[in-house]
Amino acid sequence: MEFRDNKAIYLQIAEYVCEHILLGKWKADEKVPSVRELAVELEVNPNTIMRTYELLQNKNIINNKRGIGFFVAENAIEGVKSYKKVQFMDDELPVVFRNIYLLNIGFDELKTKYETFVKENFNA
Amino acid sequence: MASEKKLVKNLEVIKIQHTLVYYLTNTVDMIKINNLNFGYSKHKPLFKNMSMQLSNGHIYGLLGKNGAGKSSLLKNMAGLVYAQSGTLDVMGFNPAKRQPALLEQICFIPEEFYLPSVKISAYIKANAPFYKNFNHQYFGNLLKEFDIPVSQKLINMSYGQKKKVIIAFGLATQAKLIIMDEPTNGLDIPSKAQFRKIMASAMTDDRCIIISTHQVRDLDNLIDTVIMLDENDVALKASVQEITEKLTFKKVKEVDDSIIYAEPSLSGYNAVMPNYHQEESKLDMELLFNAILAEKIKFKPLFN
Repeated sequence: MEFRDNKAIYLQIAEYVCEHILLGKWKADEKVPSVRELAVELEVNPNTIMRTYELLQNKNIINNKRGIGFFVAENAIEGVKSYKKVQFMDDELPVVFRNIYLLNIGFDELKTKYETFVKENFNA
Repeated sequence: MASEKKLVKNLEVIKIQHTLVYYLTNTVDMIKINNLNFGYSKHKPLFKNMSMQLSNGHIYGLLGKNGAGKSSLLKNMAGLVYAQSGTLDVMGFNPAKRQPALLEQICFIPEEFYLPSVKISAYIKANAPFYKNFNHQYFGNLLKEFDIPVSQKLINMSYGQKKKVIIAFGLATQAKLIIMDEPTNGLDIPSKAQFRKIMASAMTDDRCIIISTHQVRDLDNLIDTVIMLDENDVALKASVQEITEKLTFKKVKEVDDSIIYAEPSLSGYNAVMPNYHQEESKLDMELLFNAILAEKIKFKPLFN
């Protein structure tokens, strides 16, 4: 895993775990790598992984079964989506809004663009 | 008389064992430094009234300019040099007394070292018995992971290979205090990645790991607490979490008053500023290091 410069490592690892869940690599009720296993794989301090797992636990994305380890929560995918939505709204949308405002782009124009984008990329 | 002496000696042993069990089973300050004064000559003090506590379950990154005293501090902890005044307590012992019960719990990897003209097997036969928890199988695994030619004489190995042998030996002692002085010096690129993996797995809750380094980029994701030495004292001791709660590290286009320290980069400046908006940025250890050297006074109120 390549870490970027602009975000706390524990959050980048949270994204990494979320991506594995969204892509179906780690499925509901399956055990996720232990704190130590993931620390070794990503070459980071185990305390950092612990912080990531605590965050994901609070977001109901993983569960801690005492003495056994961490497991993907039953409704993990919803958990990931709502966690990512909050992040998008808080972090990315303000940047987009700023540009929309500065460049004076109309919402109608955006809507057309958005619909074309969805059609082209997701066939929806 | 003889039996009385034996009893006293047994009590000593029990006392030492109890002290160790206490230190190895609780989250405690494994190292307590109080008003340490140290220097190689009376007129040139290196540490003036230095105080600090280090506990288990952490990997401390010890930073400082050349000559700031990183190696000397590590040597003080390992009982290789002695304080002029003040106290230094390591797991309930004074390291200067060099008691075997403590020494077998310390793994010290110095920057410069000497290895004799023997093969690894002979080296182990001579040295492993000093450490009652020495794990031969783990040692073998580490050598394999580091790709060490085991049948070669130590003296004929490259500096990097020798370094990997002593790192493997040190970790295989299963010591609870691991002190490493510039461990990644001399390691090639794949070995650095192996080293990071090995340290991530070696960091257990009962261990205290202290690594001094100039190569912060080799180790910055392993370190959870930064200790920076400057001007005869600890200039900063704070966890990565605490640092990034108080400070934010980011790229900016222009430097304004809110910025504590900035360095020009390709697309503007890399800047350190107070974390007003609870941003969760990635700690840039090199930038922090330079920032503290340049603007020490501005950081003092943030971390006290």
